[in-house]
Amino acid sequence: MRWRPLGFPIALRLERRLEEEGWLKAAVPLGSLALALVLASLIFAAQGLNPLAVYGITFSRIFGTSTGLAFLLLKAIPLLLCAVGLALAFRAQVWNIGAEGQLLLGSVAAAGLALFVMPNAPPYVIIPAMFVAGFLAGAGWALLPAVLKAKLNVNEVITTLMMNYIAYKLVEYLIYGPWRGKATWGFPFTDLIPESAVLPVIPGTDVHYPTLILALASAVAMFVLMEKTGLGYEVKVYGGNPDLARAAGIRPGKLIIICMLLSGGLAGLAGVGELAGVHKRLKYPWAISAGYGFTAIIVAWLARLNPITNVLTALFMGALLAAGSMMRASFNIPYASVNIFNGLILTCLVAGEVLLRYRIRLVAAGAGAEQGGGSA
Amino acid sequence: MSLDVVGHILHMAVRGGTPLLLGAVGEIYAERSGVMNLGLEGIMLVGAITGFAVALATKQPWLGLLAACLAGLALSLIHAFTTVSLYANQVVSGLALAMLGLGLSSLMGRSYVGQPLPYRLLPQAIPGLADLPVIGPALFYQDPVVYLALGLAVASWFVLYRTRWGIMVRAVGDDPAAADAMGVNVYAVRYACVAFGGAMSGLAGAYLSVVYTPAWFEGMTAGRGWIALALVIVAFWDPLKAILGAYLFGATEALQYALQTSLGIAAPLLGMIPYAATILAMLVAMSEALRKRIGAPAALGKPYIREERVL
Amino acid sequence: MEHRFYISPRTSVVSDVAVGRPPAQEPLVKMEGITKRFPGVVANDNVDFELLPGEVHALLGENGAGKTTLMNILYGLYRPDEGRILLRGREVRIRSPRDAIKLGIGMVHQHFRLVPTLTVAENIALALEEAGFLFPARKVEARIAEVAEQYGLKVDPGARVWQLSAGEKQRVEILKLLVRDARVLILDEPTAVLTPRERDDLFKTLRKFAYEGRGIIFITHKLDEVFKVADRVTVLRKGRVVASGLPVEAVSPAELARLMVGRELKPRAEKRFGAPGGVVLEVRGLCALSDRGMMAVKDVSFEVREGEIFGIAGVAGNGQRELVEAIVGLRKPVKGRVLIGGRDVTGKPPAELAKLGVAYIPEDRARYGVVPDLSVAENLILKVYRRPPFKRGPFLNTQFIKEWSEKLVAEYGITTPGVDAPAGSLSGGNVQRLVLARELSMRPKLVVASHPTHGLDVAATEYIRFLLLEQREKGMGILLVSEDLDEILELSDRIAVMHEGRLVSVLDAAEADAGELGLMMSRGAA
Repeated sequence: MRWRPLGFPIALRLERRLEEEGWLKAAVPLGSLALALVLASLIFAAQGLNPLAVYGITFSRIFGTSTGLAFLLLKAIPLLLCAVGLALAFRAQVWNIGAEGQLLLGSVAAAGLALFVMPNAPPYVIIPAMFVAGFLAGAGWALLPAVLKAKLNVNEVITTLMMNYIAYKLVEYLIYGPWRGKATWGFPFTDLIPESAVLPVIPGTDVHYPTLILALASAVAMFVLMEKTGLGYEVKVYGGNPDLARAAGIRPGKLIIICMLLSGGLAGLAGVGELAGVHKRLKYPWAISAGYGFTAIIVAWLARLNPITNVLTALFMGALLAAGSMMRASFNIPYASVNIFNGLILTCLVAGEVLLRYRIRLVAAGAGAEQGGGSA
Repeated sequence: MSLDVVGHILHMAVRGGTPLLLGAVGEIYAERSGVMNLGLEGIMLVGAITGFAVALATKQPWLGLLAACLAGLALSLIHAFTTVSLYANQVVSGLALAMLGLGLSSLMGRSYVGQPLPYRLLPQAIPGLADLPVIGPALFYQDPVVYLALGLAVASWFVLYRTRWGIMVRAVGDDPAAADAMGVNVYAVRYACVAFGGAMSGLAGAYLSVVYTPAWFEGMTAGRGWIALALVIVAFWDPLKAILGAYLFGATEALQYALQTSLGIAAPLLGMIPYAATILAMLVAMSEALRKRIGAPAALGKPYIREERVL
Repeated sequence: MEHRFYISPRTSVVSDVAVGRPPAQEPLVKMEGITKRFPGVVANDNVDFELLPGEVHALLGENGAGKTTLMNILYGLYRPDEGRILLRGREVRIRSPRDAIKLGIGMVHQHFRLVPTLTVAENIALALEEAGFLFPARKVEARIAEVAEQYGLKVDPGARVWQLSAGEKQRVEILKLLVRDARVLILDEPTAVLTPRERDDLFKTLRKFAYEGRGIIFITHKLDEVFKVADRVTVLRKGRVVASGLPVEAVSPAELARLMVGRELKPRAEKRFGAPGGVVLEVRGLCALSDRGMMAVKDVSFEVREGEIFGIAGVAGNGQRELVEAIVGLRKPVKGRVLIGGRDVTGKPPAELAKLGVAYIPEDRARYGVVPDLSVAENLILKVYRRPPFKRGPFLNTQFIKEWSEKLVAEYGITTPGVDAPAGSLSGGNVQRLVLARELSMRPKLVVASHPTHGLDVAATEYIRFLLLEQREKGMGILLVSEDLDEILELSDRIAVMHEGRLVSVLDAAEADAGELGLMMSRGAA
C-alpha cells in the first residue's frame, strides 16, 4: 500500500525539549481550556444556540448571585473529594473510573444507617457514623477491581466501569424494592432520612459544611501524603516506571490496592455528603451521582494531579456543572451535554501536553531532506 | 426450559451480541496496531444518534447506518491524532472521547427522544437453513446487519492473518520500530486501524437505534462500548474468538429477560448480570493469559516516536 | 574476472575472492557534507563518505563517534540537517526507510529489527512488496528457499522470530536484504552477537556479495575485523571524518587505533590481586525459563566472594539475562537455589533482596534506568529511602535528602543543572552515573552489573570500570555480565563462559586467554 506524505512545502516536526519551561506548566492547561470553550461554542452554534447568550447568562447567574455561588460550591464539594482520590490513583497509573459507583455506595451506606440501622441516634453519633460507613462502603466497592488488577493485571478501567453499572442497578433495586419509602406517593424514593441525620448547613445557604471541611482537609492531607511520605514517593516511582519500581523492591500489589481503596473511600465520603446534605433520600442513581465521578477525572487531570491545585479546578468544574443545570432549565439543553465540555477540555488538555515535552519546529520538507529548516 | 425458550434465547443472543461483535472487531484492529481506544461508548452513542437522525430524514435505514460509520470514523480520528501524532496518553484521550460522545449525542438527540422510526430492516430468512430446529431461527433468520457483522468478523480474521495488510497491522502493534525500519508507515497504519475501529463502533451504535430497538434515548448503549472493550481482551485479539464471545455476552442479556419471567427476580438485580458476567469473563481470560503466557500486542498503549534522543 | 581461493596473509579466514579489483568506477554511494544535530550534541559534522561497487568498506570509530547515525541517515531513519546523498551519481532524497529500500539500500541493525511474534516468512514478506496482497507469506517461502540455497543461509521460514537464536536472526535480516536484491548493504556491528565461527561464515558471505558487485558498509569498533574483511576503511571520531576511504593494505592497526581514539590507548588499569573473603552470592543448580517458556538457564552453579569480581562472558542471548533476573528477584527460577550471604532468597521478590544489600545495574537502561519525570534527587534515594535519616516514621526528610543528593552528584560527577532537575533530561552517560550512584549508595554487599558500559562513550566507560574496581577494593562482591571480552578480562578475578544456558568452566583471570574464551563461547566445551 502506498502512502504519500502531504505535499505541503513545509512540515511540522516534534523535537524533544531538554529542559522544562516553567511558564508552560500553567500556560498549556489554560490554553487548552480556552480552546475547549471556543470549540464548545462552535458546537452549540451548530445546534442553533447562541453560545454567547448561553455562556453569558449562565455564568453571570453563577458568579453574580450568592445563590449561584452556593450552587457552585455544592457541586464543587463532591468533585473535590472524588478528584483528590483520583489524583493519587492516576499518579500510580491506576485508572479508577468507578468513582460514580463508589460514591453511590457511600450514599447507600449512609441511607441504610440513617433509615434502618440507627434511625434514632443523635446527630453527634449518626453523622460521624455515616461518614465512616460511607468511606468503608466506597472503598469496599473498589476492592474487587483492585484485587483483580493487583493479582491478574485485569484492566481496571473496564472493571471499575462495570462496577458503576452494577451500583446503578443496586440503587434501582433498593428504591423500587425493599427500601421503597412509605410516604412517597408512588415515586421510587426512600423515605426522607431523619432530621438528626441531615448534615448542618452554612446559615443562609444549602452548603453542607462538614463535607466541605472534609474535602478541603483531604486535599491538604493528600498533598502531604504525596509529597512528604514514603507511600507517596512509592506511588510516584511506580507510576513513573513500574519496572524500575519493582526492581527496587516496591510492591506493586500493595500500592494498587491502597490507591484504589483510598480513592474509593473518598468518593464514598462524597456520596454521604450528597445523601445527607443534598438529597436527604435515596433516589434515581444518576440524580445522586450526577456524573461527579467522571467530571472528577477532568478536575484531577486539569490540576495535573496536584491535590492543592485540585481545589481551584474543582471550583471551576463546579461552575461548569452548575452552568449545565442552568442551561437545562433555561435553554432546554440536556444535562448530559455538560459532557461535551468535559470531553473537549480533556481532549484539548491531553493534546496540549505534547507541548510540555516537545517543541514544534518548521522544516522545509519539500525542498529535500538534506536541507535544514528554521526552528519555530 | 423448553427447546423453544432455548431457541429464543439463542436468537436474542445473536441479535444482542451483534453490536458487541462490531465494536470488538473494530477495536481488535486498533489494539493490534498498538492503539487502545477507550472512547467506544461515546462513539457508539454518536453513531446511534447519527444513524437514527439520518434514517429518519432519508427514510433509508441503510443510509443511516452508513452515516453512522462516517460519524464514528470522524470521531475516532480525533483520538488517532492525539495519540499517534501528539503522543498523548491513550487512556485519558480515549476517556475524553467517550465523554465527548456522550455529551454530543445527548445534545444532538434532544429532539429525537420518543420519536418512532417507521423504516425498518426486517429479518431475512436464509432458505432451508432457517427451518433447522433451535438454531435455525437463531442463526439464519436475522436482520441483514447480523449477517454483515458475522461476515465482517470472518473477513477481518482473514485479512489479519492471510494478507499483507494484516501482517503490517500485527507488525506495527508488536514492534513498531522494526516495522518502521522495514518501510511500513507506522503512523498511517495506526490511523487506519483506529478509523476502522471508529467506523465499526459507529455502525454498532446505529444498529441499536435503527434496527435493534429501534429508537433513540440518551445513553442507550448502556455500557456496551465498555463491554466491547472487555470482549477484545477476552477474545485475545482474535476476531473469530470475538464472535463466540459476543454471542455469549448477548446471551447474558437475553438471560435477563428469561430469568425475570420464569423466576420472578427483580429486574434491576437481573440487570446486573451482563456487567458481572463481563468482570467474570475478564478474570477467567487474564488467568488463562497468565498461565499460557500470551498477552496483548506488545506495543499496545505506547506511542511510537521515531527520532528518539540517543540514550 | 577469475575466481580462485585466496588466503590473505593478514587473516586466518579462507576467502573466496576474485583476483584483482574491478577497475575504478563511479561510486555507488556518495554522501557529501552530511551534518546531523541532536539536542546538545552534533552527531555528524560535515561528513563525506563514499562507497564503491564491489567493495567492503569499513566504517570505524568508537561508541558515539557517529557511525550509526550516518548510516541511519543513508537508510532514511534520520534526516540530515545539511548535506546531500548521491546514488550512482544522481542526487536522491531519502525520507524514510521505504525510499531507501526502493533505491536498493538495505540495513541490518545492531539490534535486530524483526517482529518477534511474526514468522520468518511473514517478516520477509513484509519487506517485499512484490509478494502481493493475498497470502504473501506463502509466496515468499519459495523465494526464501532459493536465496538461502544460493548463499548457504539456512533458516526455517515457518519459525516465529522469538524462537530463533541471535545468529539465525541475523541470517533472516540478511535474507531480507537479498530477497529485495539490495545493492548497498549496511551492517551495523554485526559480529557482536556471533560466535567466532559464525563470524567467519558471515565474512565469507560478505565477500561473496562484494564479488557480485554489491557495495557493503560494515560498521564496527573492532580493529581486527577491519583487517579481516574490509577493502577500505573510513574512520570517524566525535562526529568528524579523520580518515576517508583508506585502503586496508596501506594502514597499520596502531595507526588506525590512534586515528580512532585520537590519543595513545591507555595501558590497562593496574589491578591489584585481592584476597577474596567470605561467600556473598551462591547459586546452586539454578534453572529458569525465558519469557516464552523455554529453558534459558540450565543447572547453573557458581559463587561470588567478597572483594572479587566474577565475570560471566558470553554472546548475548545465551541465558545471561534470565540468570541475572533470577538472582535479583525479577524472575522465579523453576529449580535450584540462590543464597545471599548464606540466606536462601530463591524466588523472593526484589523487595527482600534490596533489604539484604543487593545492588542491580540493569542491562536495559532505557527501561530500568530512571524514573524520567521525577527529579535527580528523587531517583537517587530509590534504594535508601526506607531507612532513617531519610525517613522518620512515615515522613520523608526532604532537607536531608536534598543535601545528601547534592553530595552524591558531586561525588559521581553527574552533570545536571541541579538535583531537582528531571532525570529524563540526563544524557546516557549521566544516567548510568546516576544508576551507579543510586545502587552503590546503599553500601551493598553484592553488585550485579549487566553490560554496564554498553553504548557509553569512552569517558563514562572508563569511569564505570574504575568504580567497579574501587568497590572491589572495598570488599564488595561483584557479578559482572558482559559481552565485551576485553572488559571481562580487564576487570574479573575469575571468569566463566555462558553458552546456551549452561556455565562452561570457571577460570582464574590470570590463566584465561582471549582465544580460548572465544572458543568456549562458540562451542560450549571446556
